[in-house]
Amino acid sequence: MKNILQSIYFYLDTRFKLSGLIQFAKKKKVPEHKHSFWYYFGGICLFLFILQVLTGILLLLYYTPSVDSAHESIQFIMSQVKFGWLMRSVHSWSANILIAAIFIHMFSSFFLKAYRSPRELTWITGFFLLLIFLAFGFSGYLLPWNELSFFATRVGTDIAGTLPLIGKHIKTFILGGPDVTGATISRFFWLHIGILPLLTVIILGVHVLLVQILGMSKPIGIPQNKVKEVPFFPNFILKDSLGWMLILALIGVLCVFFPWEVGQKADPFAATPIGIKPEWYFTFMFSTLKIIPAHIFSIEGEMIAIFGFMIGGLLWMLVPFLDRKAAKERRSPAFSFIGWIVFLYIVVMTAVTYLLPGL
Amino acid sequence: MNRRKFIDFFLGGSLAGTVIVFLYPTIRYILPTKQIEVVIKKITAAKVAELAPNTYKIFKFGTSPGILINTSDGELRAFSAICTHLTCTVIFESDSGTILCPCHNGRFDLSGNVISGPPPDPLESYNVEISGEDIIVSKKG
Amino acid sequence: MRKIINLLSIFFLAISIFSLSLYAQKNSCVECHQELEDELLAPVEAFKIDIHQQFGLSCADCHGGNPAEEDIDLAKDKTFKGTPQRFRIPEFCASCHSDSRYMRRFNPSIRVDQLDIYWTSKHGQLLKKGDTKVALCTDCHATHGIQSATHPKSWTFPWNIPQTCSRCHSDKDYMKDYKIPTKQWDDYKESVHAHALFEKKDLSAPVCNDCHGNHGATPPEITSIAFVCRQCHPSAGELFSQSPHKKAFDEIELSECEACHGNHKILPPSDEMLGTGEKAVCIQCHEPDSEPYQIASRIKEKLDAFIKKIRHAESLLEQADRQGVEVSEPKFRLTEANSTLIFVRNLTHSFSLMEIEEKIEEGKKVVAEVTNAGEAALREAKFRKTGLIIATCFIFLLSIALFLKIKQIDKKKSS
Repeated sequence: MKNILQSIYFYLDTRFKLSGLIQFAKKKKVPEHKHSFWYYFGGICLFLFILQVLTGILLLLYYTPSVDSAHESIQFIMSQVKFGWLMRSVHSWSANILIAAIFIHMFSSFFLKAYRSPRELTWITGFFLLLIFLAFGFSGYLLPWNELSFFATRVGTDIAGTLPLIGKHIKTFILGGPDVTGATISRFFWLHIGILPLLTVIILGVHVLLVQILGMSKPIGIPQNKVKEVPFFPNFILKDSLGWMLILALIGVLCVFFPWEVGQKADPFAATPIGIKPEWYFTFMFSTLKIIPAHIFSIEGEMIAIFGFMIGGLLWMLVPFLDRKAAKERRSPAFSFIGWIVFLYIVVMTAVTYLLPGL
Repeated sequence: MNRRKFIDFFLGGSLAGTVIVFLYPTIRYILPTKQIEVVIKKITAAKVAELAPNTYKIFKFGTSPGILINTSDGELRAFSAICTHLTCTVIFESDSGTILCPCHNGRFDLSGNVISGPPPDPLESYNVEISGEDIIVSKKG
Repeated sequence: MRKIINLLSIFFLAISIFSLSLYAQKNSCVECHQELEDELLAPVEAFKIDIHQQFGLSCADCHGGNPAEEDIDLAKDKTFKGTPQRFRIPEFCASCHSDSRYMRRFNPSIRVDQLDIYWTSKHGQLLKKGDTKVALCTDCHATHGIQSATHPKSWTFPWNIPQTCSRCHSDKDYMKDYKIPTKQWDDYKESVHAHALFEKKDLSAPVCNDCHGNHGATPPEITSIAFVCRQCHPSAGELFSQSPHKKAFDEIELSECEACHGNHKILPPSDEMLGTGEKAVCIQCHEPDSEPYQIASRIKEKLDAFIKKIRHAESLLEQADRQGVEVSEPKFRLTEANSTLIFVRNLTHSFSLMEIEEKIEEGKKVVAEVTNAGEAALREAKFRKTGLIIATCFIFLLSIALFLKIKQIDKKKSS
């Protein structure tokens, strides 16, 4: 058995020059300290992304992106296809868990100041990945073409449409028309299985490459030589896999006991259901828009909120260049503080959406 | 067998088992299903030849019944067969040329409008097209 | 000069026309009565919404007099009729409403036979004999604020009619001398017709005038009740007419629908009305051990068994649904069985055990299909849980294996 494996290795090595790669992999080390638990989340995001791609490709076998048949095809997958309920529920649950994991990964990297030099580009590509995955979530949510997804899409794009000057054009471009129609399904489907995966491969590729080249960032204040390091292969990867297994088990339980619902087919002429909300990961922005007063100093409140988020996002993305202290390997409590404010804001506003009546 | 080998075998074995447990549903998933197609908004309700004038056919439209009528003038009309009174399935009465709900004698004309009896609303009407020898019924709008 | 004269003439002409038009619109009745109080003011207030006003009619068109005259004596001239005496009111209204040539100007299709019909009614007959307590035109239509019966606020709009009638008919003291019941409105309020009308806003539900007539209001005779009900319930009526009960009921002069369903307090029919239980209507006539008694009992048995099967299928589907299995198709198929159930419940009016059994058998086939689907769905739910346990076991084993391997490797590192 061992001989067979050795000959295969030899064959591939002479053609792909694998030994260089293997040497590099052997040298890859992961620092161990009291915060190294957070290192797992990058791998969790990657694992869940791969799970999404696999289940997504399977769903692609039976899903049809047209007004007449989208909802029916989901119904078909949930009731007629063997294990269709499982594949679809895994895809829907993992999408939500993935986005949660991305937020955790982002915040843990933020608080550990992993964005500081030389890892600025890792942070920036990560930020773009956040946007890409939010777009994945938004586009995918419409595809089952049920009541909730139809109205959530309409509400979401209406908000985009309120931007001055360009809003209407952006909204029309996103929707493929003036309103949510079959053209929107086609467009979102195009985004969801074509454009976004392509962008992900490129940007994720850069992101992961940077992590390999630069290694894991250590928290500020720990001297270089005092840090204990473990090899990535096999120690850390085994621990990674353990985490992935536990997540798989969790997803399994969720899918069997809480399969994702098919819902009612979207009816564009029906009245908007009361209390319609976007998916949870957008609710902090949604509630901000709902709570903000109609006018602040004679400027529309909603406009201020939207611009606030855009500028906030921009600043967040540029944090590696703004945090001068961290760049000099010095503690930066001010930015940690800002991070906590942002984190708490997101958590509180998300909770408010579900707890406050009449929102 | 020493401890190390045991752990390796255990790891390999449980990995193989897990892979199979995931592979099995995936393979069953991609094998063709019993009902091979999704039922959609358009459906071939009948063949042109099977419906003589002044007769009707109840067909399955998605998960609901539809009624396809060949009128005495040879015109094809299709409606939802769900009576708007208490959801019984309607029939076509050739003598009177009207659609009748046998449960409480609700009557509809050949435009789906209520003529008499308890139904409060008209029957939803569908589009009918002929393609070759197929009669294709589709939802309006 | 010429120009000035022309201008002045036009000016005076304009003023004359203007004052003439004011003069023509002058309504001294309203002007005076507006300043008065209570019953003398009320007509002016009420008339604002009156339907006659919309057709350009006013006080003088009914009461006579000259509304162009300021002075009260001149206004109340020869043509002035004043307030008609109560027993003259029907003829007062009919002076226009029975004149088809006059009414044609305003509404060519309006009926003009109300007065004739009224004289045939109980109210009309008593009025002829001098009883002015009975209802006449203004009691039901109001006096000065009369609105079309198609207007929701009108006293004669369907959902206001029961109150209009019961103003007298539910008043025990008022109705004392007539020796007829006064519970009709109370009874009707609990009926399925009242529920349809007031809760579901179904305007096709019958109110007092649909069964009793409006202008020709009379209680229907025993033989007529069934005809009245058949207006809206023809299928039950037809089934009944073909059943042995029709001849029997006619012979003993029992009113058809009313005997089992009541007249004013017609409650939603329940399955309890069938069979031989204590709420059953069959045992009102049929002796135990008689053949009809047996048939009634069999019919109820069959129906109950069918319903039980349907409920069982329903609960299977609910269970499966709760456990996450997709069962919308079988659920839909079950509605067919429910259709059959509704059909069979109506079919009971035929009292034919054979027909009922046949129809139930049809329904049972559908229910059997659905039950199979429900059981399959529950098996699927079980299969999913079993599969989850197996998969989780493997994952668990793999996790342990990984954990052991990790420990082993860590130890190796440190040794």
